[in-house]
Amino acid sequence: MSILITPDTKILIQGITGDFGGRHAKLSLDYGTKVVAGVTPGKGGQFFEHGTHKVPIFNSVADAAKATGATVSAIFVPPPFAGDAILECVDAGLDLAVAITEGIPVKDMVRVKRAMQGKKTRLLGPNCPGVVTPGTGKDSFGGCRIGIAPGYIHKQGHVGVVSRSGTLTYEAVFQLTSKNIGQTTCVGIGGDPVNGTSHLDVIKLFNADPETHGMILIGEIGGTAEVEAARWIKANCKKPVAGFIAGATAPAGRRMGHAGAIVGGTEDTAAAKIAVFKECGIEVAVTPSDMADALLRAAKAKGVTLT
Amino acid sequence: MNIHEYQAKALFEKFGVPVPKGAAAKSAAEFDAALASLPEGPTMVKSQIHAGGRGKGTFTNGFKGGVKFCKTKADAKEIAGKMIGNTLVTVQTGPAGRKVQTVYFTVASDIKKEYYLAILLDRASSKPVIVASTEGGVEIEKVAHDTPEKLFKVLVDPAYGLADFQVRDLITRLGFAGAEAKNAAKLIRQLYTCYWETDAAMIEVNPLITTPTGEVLALDAKVSFDSNALYRHPEIVALRDLNEEDPKEIEASKYSLSYIALDGNIACLVNGAGLAMSTMDIIQHFGGTPANFLDVGGGASKDQVVAAFKIILGDPNVKGILVNIFGGIMDCNVIATGIVEAVKEVGLKLPLVVRLEGNNVVAGKATLKASGLALVSGDTMADAAQKIVKLVAA
Repeated sequence: MSILITPDTKILIQGITGDFGGRHAKLSLDYGTKVVAGVTPGKGGQFFEHGTHKVPIFNSVADAAKATGATVSAIFVPPPFAGDAILECVDAGLDLAVAITEGIPVKDMVRVKRAMQGKKTRLLGPNCPGVVTPGTGKDSFGGCRIGIAPGYIHKQGHVGVVSRSGTLTYEAVFQLTSKNIGQTTCVGIGGDPVNGTSHLDVIKLFNADPETHGMILIGEIGGTAEVEAARWIKANCKKPVAGFIAGATAPAGRRMGHAGAIVGGTEDTAAAKIAVFKECGIEVAVTPSDMADALLRAAKAKGVTLT
Repeated sequence: MNIHEYQAKALFEKFGVPVPKGAAAKSAAEFDAALASLPEGPTMVKSQIHAGGRGKGTFTNGFKGGVKFCKTKADAKEIAGKMIGNTLVTVQTGPAGRKVQTVYFTVASDIKKEYYLAILLDRASSKPVIVASTEGGVEIEKVAHDTPEKLFKVLVDPAYGLADFQVRDLITRLGFAGAEAKNAAKLIRQLYTCYWETDAAMIEVNPLITTPTGEVLALDAKVSFDSNALYRHPEIVALRDLNEEDPKEIEASKYSLSYIALDGNIACLVNGAGLAMSTMDIIQHFGGTPANFLDVGGGASKDQVVAAFKIILGDPNVKGILVNIFGGIMDCNVIATGIVEAVKEVGLKLPLVVRLEGNNVVAGKATLKASGLALVSGDTMADAAQKIVKLVAA
């Protein structure tokens, strides 16, 4: 199986009529993803057309979900309106909201996260590449691609990938697929300091998923989310895990692109996180080129087959 | 985005947070007018730069101390003359230091006791946290390490805001009583309002002081703002001081490039923040030193690459360039064409290693090869990093 989404998951796209949302809606449709609705306030009743696809547009998430049965939303709306877009998904009772938008104010996310407490909707992101559950077709066609990741680099299989960074996730997935190792689901949790789903949340889902035989955990400087995940892995997880932390050379106090990638103390440096990974039995990739190999080493040590 | 102490204190006053009376001067000609607004008597002179450690800093002209106590206003004027226009080096500025373009005069307060107070985001809980300590005027990291029992934290529920009982709790733990307790409670509440209303990333008051007459004042003020929220705060954007920022970083931001200068000699140009950070790391892993962080975002258009090369080449330390692009959606051939045109346009003479991977990569590599340029192709990140390190060392 997979986590969070399956190839049959019906998704809607908030901001489908924008350049960014529209471009990726087309790529998801080409990948075979069930994009069943778009949402743009004021454009309800129109259609988003791509090849033979004719996706109906609704004024609200609630309308779209009710009419189409969509359970997951991909959010491409601009930062000032993105917090509101997430809350709309919560109100409509969706299972999952995936916020791709980069640049949402921290205060907006603090309020949104508080408002989501105790609600059924899970948030992935913001400032994330999204989530992919590969399909069985050529170049993993027929999967569920939500967000902006390149679908074709994936391959259906048994490895789970979780990361803050987009391109670093693609790097890991590409290495796996090149070695003929497929993935159950690849999850981008985003590079912002306040996000909906943590490394640990995703690790727990992978651990509970019988189809996932091993995991790659990709983190970076800033915060302590990777440390929290590593400690849980040590206590609860028997599956092989490989880890990588970006930012060993980043100077303290400087924000490295991602809003959350900033060293603020002694606990959130790359060296500190790598030390915890090692202590927790996670096989550390010495360079980003070593991520798939590190997982193979971890799997071999535990006698686990990844393919 | 950071602001100066004098700007932060003006902001505090707007929110009703008491600060010592002060006035800023941007040139020696403004000293008299600034000092005239203050009463005669002990006066502090404070260099205004976006870096900590000012008090223990040294000017490149040999004058010691970026923050000075003076017994009279006349003394203050003389001392300010030694600061303005000169370069102050502190533990946070790096050896180049920062030119002091503004001096801030304040009334020197009688200090009864120093405290520490800060408001920032607690990432673990996604809530604002107020951090306070009875140990003010020293490095808070040291307090947290040596005497954690003297550090108090209050998480604020964003749905309800800062509750009165939380303020009372904090006041009690800090040991305030009587008029001091009342004044401190008011200050904490106003400071929290300031943090919340302005989309501040962090407010730090070190030290917060009490005076013999029961006043509670913010003696220093360090404030930074969430850059994602600046669009709704034009009054804060107006406080931006471009003199305090690296001109190359400002130039980069015009092309949607995220650039940070470092000390090494191998420049890198990468798409994506995580990949850019790990490209720096892998250069170091193979024995080189990265000259910068540079994220061109998802696109990497020709114009961006040209702008990026120009910015990179503005750093005289750079001896070689590593381009690392994972073209997920973007066609690698389009990226390769952009790189070739950019190299020709800027007349690049330094060693260049390009690692392309992803969509249509075979055509992209062919374009690089057919260009006739003296660039080297790398297959993996490790391969590319080893190649550039070797070329630069040669």
